[in-house]
Amino acid sequence: MIQIVKKGEISKKQKILIHLSALFLALLTASLFILLMDHNPLKVYFSMIQGAFGTTYRLSETIIKTIPLVITSLGIALAFRMKFWNIGAEGQIIMGAFGASWFALSFPHLPSWLLLPLMALGGFVGGGLWALIPAFFRARFRTNETIFTLMLNYIALKWITYLQNGPWKDPGALGFPKIPNFDEHAVLPRLFGIHIGWLIALVLVILSALFINKTKKGYEIQVIGESENTARYAGINVPGTILTTIFLSGALCGLTGMIEASAINKTLSVEITGGVGYTAIITAWLANLKEPLIVIVSFLFAAMIQGSSYIQMAFQIPQSAAEILQGLILFFILGSEFFIRYRIHFRRNPAKGGS
Amino acid sequence: MSQSTPPSETLIRTKNLTKRFGRVLANDAINFKVKRGEIYALLGENGAGKSTLMNMLSGVYTPDEGEIRVHGKKVFFRSPEDSIRCGIGMIYQHFKLIEVMTALENIIIGRREDLLISTSGIRRRVMEIAKRYGLPLDPDKKVYDMSVGEKQTVEIMKVLYRGADILILDEPTAVLTPQETHNLFSILRRMKDEGCGVIIITHKLHEVMEISDWVTVLRKGQNVGNVKTSETSHKKLADLMVGRSLDLSIEHVHMEHKSPALEVRDLTLTDHEHVNKISSLSFTLFSGEILGVAGISGSGQKELCEAMAGLYPVHSGDIVYKGESIVGLSSREIIDKGITMSFIPEDRLGMGLVASMDLTDNVILKDYYQSPGLFVDRKSAQEKTVKIIKDFNIQTPGPHHPVKLLSGGNIQKVLLGREIMSRPHLLITAYPTRGLDIASSYLIYDYINREKKKGTPILYVGEDLDVLLELCDRIMVLCDGKATGIVDADQTTKETLGLLMAGETLDSIERMAHDSDR
Repeated sequence: MIQIVKKGEISKKQKILIHLSALFLALLTASLFILLMDHNPLKVYFSMIQGAFGTTYRLSETIIKTIPLVITSLGIALAFRMKFWNIGAEGQIIMGAFGASWFALSFPHLPSWLLLPLMALGGFVGGGLWALIPAFFRARFRTNETIFTLMLNYIALKWITYLQNGPWKDPGALGFPKIPNFDEHAVLPRLFGIHIGWLIALVLVILSALFINKTKKGYEIQVIGESENTARYAGINVPGTILTTIFLSGALCGLTGMIEASAINKTLSVEITGGVGYTAIITAWLANLKEPLIVIVSFLFAAMIQGSSYIQMAFQIPQSAAEILQGLILFFILGSEFFIRYRIHFRRNPAKGGS
Repeated sequence: MSQSTPPSETLIRTKNLTKRFGRVLANDAINFKVKRGEIYALLGENGAGKSTLMNMLSGVYTPDEGEIRVHGKKVFFRSPEDSIRCGIGMIYQHFKLIEVMTALENIIIGRREDLLISTSGIRRRVMEIAKRYGLPLDPDKKVYDMSVGEKQTVEIMKVLYRGADILILDEPTAVLTPQETHNLFSILRRMKDEGCGVIIITHKLHEVMEISDWVTVLRKGQNVGNVKTSETSHKKLADLMVGRSLDLSIEHVHMEHKSPALEVRDLTLTDHEHVNKISSLSFTLFSGEILGVAGISGSGQKELCEAMAGLYPVHSGDIVYKGESIVGLSSREIIDKGITMSFIPEDRLGMGLVASMDLTDNVILKDYYQSPGLFVDRKSAQEKTVKIIKDFNIQTPGPHHPVKLLSGGNIQKVLLGREIMSRPHLLITAYPTRGLDIASSYLIYDYINREKKKGTPILYVGEDLDVLLELCDRIMVLCDGKATGIVDADQTTKETLGLLMAGETLDSIERMAHDSDR
């Protein structure tokens, strides 16, 4: 007979050990899979590492993939701190990118020093307002934000599809449904070989950490997250704080959209997010919603994505196989959370029950 | 039930029964037995392991070590179903009845094999059992028409019908008026005479002395004593429960100058379904006075406190504090007036404290916004916390320890310490000692008295009538949202309070007394 028993508080060391053994088991299981495909698992893993960090170019690719993950995770973490389950980052990124693109396409001749801040503002407000819709309904009518934010993702996506086939269609693209590329002025500059988004991300990490841990607003957010009743009792304006916080959460995601549109895609398209809005939920959660950890987890995640896209080419492994690898690692790490909270107890020799 | 067995037969015997939750040893090698025809009281403070032990006997938990023998046979329960098949019936504090069904339907529900038996046959069997144990049962009454006491009768009938001859009652008197408690006890005595074994879990000492034959005292998961009730006393049991000698009297402070501080006029509160929670309630609270509020839980106490703290909408009427109406003010404006409410809801950490935050962050909960600037001032908060820890003797590793890791008594002290440190002009406190061990409860009474000496008006919502009578100056009794009476504590009795709680008015009680005199 198997019994599941709740564990007490466990030490940090044990926690790390459990996570590491999960990673090890994930790689072990994935090895079987790689063996089935007639490859040497050790070699494959080694080239994954090489693919992510091997050359300056690859390393910079990894960092470029880290940036949107970090900023989006910050936004999600902010909402999660308040136990507002914002899984609408995907849509907020898109609407942020839309806001930024509107400035980029409407005022292409403005100088960079003016246009880029305007685009950032567009991204900030676009993402923020999009998140404000579910926040309003939650604060006013207590709707379920999980479903609401998720559904808004699809609406945002279809909105871009509409733009790209209709009003914003590039006349110069020979009938191909795409939105025109941005002007040079609308592209983020580079610093040390990587677009300046990395600096923005780092600044935002520090600001977020300060905001949540040191300010009164941050304190209120944490109180609400723990118990809305307590917050009301302490005289905190609960609906108002929900609205502000979720606006900020969406605004951070919107900034991701602006950075991706400006620095990477140089236009607006339906592929703007690359699924970052969903991946960032995982990174934010694995980082325990702590800002410094978000940087580390996002970087490791980006390395995994980058590494597995490299082995696709190096070993001619189909993309889906690389995704299985990713999935396995995730499955084991998330699954290991169970063993952090519970322990399994095997009972020998169960006597007969009843009479 | 087998009637042929001799009356002294042992029904349940546990041997070294042990249960752990994480690092907590909830039950440590408990040896315990129940004999036919005797009533056992299981006494212990919250967290002493009473519920754990009973949950193992009723099959909710499986023991980690040790064994349970029922009727001399070793058993291993995998579910409550197994336990009831062995004749163990558990009556929980919260009833599990279906409101829209009749008593009879509730009794037979979920018993598949009975579908084939004719209803009249079942009815006859149920009524037979009811008669045998002297249970006043109306089989066709719907549950929603029943009083709490009647519902409890149905619950008891339910397990008896399933053949239980061992009854476990978890704090059965918590929701009953003194009169209903009396009725319950006569039913239990009847069951004892019929050869059942009865275990009652409680922390009320006088009930233990009244009803039980044997008392088992648990402390910190260990069985610290099996004593015969006739050979023990209040004091001895309390000392056993706590583990040291205690002074069991509450100080009553007499104050001279009293002036009205808060006036509630014709207050009516309705919930979102427009049901009256408080109906036209009027009372005055004086400075230097403790006004007790008694009543069965759910009689409107919670709503009244929340309305006074600005957390519950007022339908009509007025609350006047120092000549000014506070109806319609936000909770923060009320806090700024110095009215503090320390409400202890069922779940201690639900309102008033933030469980996962540390002591310091909890201490600043109600005044963090007063410091200038954008940032929370945690430096002076920490000094204040250290002072509260010292003044209230809170057992904690430090001011940055999460409150949820503290013990119940210490959690309560953090809450009360914060409220009292804020120098309140009016203190509202509800069930401040619920779930606390005896020693901590007395400390809390001391703190409340200390506030009273400063002239602070205090509204004290309580459940233990003995405590209310000793601590308070006056007691207001609520029944179903109405005040059935406001009485002076030194001129009333527990019986009067009980009748008021059940909905009688002072007039009708007087009439009753008058009638019985003649």
